[in-house]
Amino acid sequence: MAEAITRFVPDGSTVAIGTSLEPLIPFAAGHEIIRQQRRDLELVGPISDALFDQRIGAGCVRRVTVAWVGNVSEGLGHCYRRACEQGIPRALEVHDHSNFSISLALWAAAWNVPNLPTRTLLGSDILNTNPNLSLGFGVVHVGAVRPDVAVIHVQRADAMGRAHAWGPLGITEEAGLAADKVIVTCEELVDVDVTLSDPNRILLPETKVVAVVHEPGGAHPSPVQGYFKRDHGFYREYAEQSRTAEGFAAWLKTWVLEMPDRATYLKRVDVESLRIHHHQFSAPADFGDE
Amino acid sequence: MSNPTYTPQELMVAVASREIRDRDLVFVGMRLPILAYAVARNAHAPSARGLFEVGLMRDQPATGFLGTMGDPPNVAGALWATRMSNAMALMAQGHVDLGFIGGAEVDRFGNLNTSYVGDHAKPTVKLPGSGGGADIAVLSRRWVTLMNHERRRLVEKVSFVTSPGHGDGTPGWRELHGLPGGGPAAIITTLCVLRFPEQGGEAHLASVHPGHTVDEVRVQTGWDLKVADHVAETPPPSDSELAAIRRFDPDGFWTRPA
Repeated sequence: MAEAITRFVPDGSTVAIGTSLEPLIPFAAGHEIIRQQRRDLELVGPISDALFDQRIGAGCVRRVTVAWVGNVSEGLGHCYRRACEQGIPRALEVHDHSNFSISLALWAAAWNVPNLPTRTLLGSDILNTNPNLSLGFGVVHVGAVRPDVAVIHVQRADAMGRAHAWGPLGITEEAGLAADKVIVTCEELVDVDVTLSDPNRILLPETKVVAVVHEPGGAHPSPVQGYFKRDHGFYREYAEQSRTAEGFAAWLKTWVLEMPDRATYLKRVDVESLRIHHHQFSAPADFGDE
Repeated sequence: MSNPTYTPQELMVAVASREIRDRDLVFVGMRLPILAYAVARNAHAPSARGLFEVGLMRDQPATGFLGTMGDPPNVAGALWATRMSNAMALMAQGHVDLGFIGGAEVDRFGNLNTSYVGDHAKPTVKLPGSGGGADIAVLSRRWVTLMNHERRRLVEKVSFVTSPGHGDGTPGWRELHGLPGGGPAAIITTLCVLRFPEQGGEAHLASVHPGHTVDEVRVQTGWDLKVADHVAETPPPSDSELAAIRRFDPDGFWTRPA
């Protein structure tokens, strides 16, 4: 993980992360970004749960291009508020989107066109504050957003970068296609026979993937279908502790900066109590050809 | 609270559930509307379907507690797991009959602010933003918002229009500006229900919740509120509505806040 972040997420990068909204959020990768003290990042996302708030509070972020930043089950993001209202720890530029318009911005980049037209956001003040949105011919033109790197967490992947993800996908496909590079973190590192047995489930072309990191539990406290439930209590504790800048600093020290490794983290959060045991496997698809 | 047998949130969920008609495709969103969908589906709207912007369609409500729409119980048994843009495609085509949006500030025309309180360049409060709210506001056939009834929330003029309602209130405002959906139908608050005329315009007080008065509503509203000739009392949650709410929110995470 450390090597992937060092090599592919330099200072100043535009990073799409948390693209499946509430599930499959690459928290382990995000925490590594904080530990390596990345600066001047632009974060791109739809509804973006506490991981955005944490990196904003840690001073990693220059701009967010985003539909929503907060704590989904608890409400406001306290670090986001401090940054926007008081410039603590630094001022933050906000390019507001809706969920639909950030998806379109990424599809525009994926298809290599300058913008895509839509009726969403007509009549919204978001048009007046985001320079990448404009009105013309009675529709909204959503300018392309091209991330340098997309970081995604999936259920399983092979070492060649073929990632299998299931459940709702949010804006992950367009984010991965729009990005120059994709970092995959996964619950299980599997043989190529597994991924290639179901090519429809491969999320993105392997040509985009620059790193695969085997990181079981790497999405905690967000859920992973078939693997882990959501840790609602962890989000609540974060919301309470991050209410003040001092509280956030203490939280960050405990859970990120002085955490020796992810294994220790997972033990401390008792990740086993969140593991899903009642499995519901889908029927296999027959790819027979003769 | 004159009736201690249910909380304001439980009443809001029950009222919201009654907005859902059978066979509706409902853009469900988060928090109380997730419960409202579950209640409706178990009562008067057994053929309704729910659509979630994370990329899900469901018929039966999830059996487990949901902290978010993307939680595993909401995915298991889904009718469709997909990408967000596919869910938005249905709404863009006018296939979403009803949407729910949470609001921080609202004005008399149903314009919602979930972005900035004060100047957006130097806000006094930075709110989380649109999420799918602006999309629902523009594209769903009709929508309803739920919020705490406080004078600082029901305001003469919102600081920022995140999700447009009926604009400046002139008839046909939405059509003139190219907004395809019908706009807000109701504001459900902790005190009352405000409704909008079918063709848009200004909200009026339609019903007051048990234990509250028209005067109380007026005091807590930041504009000179239009009041219907006959303001009804909002029917309280029925026993079966309460039972359903408590089945889907067993610990009161959403409906019995600390």
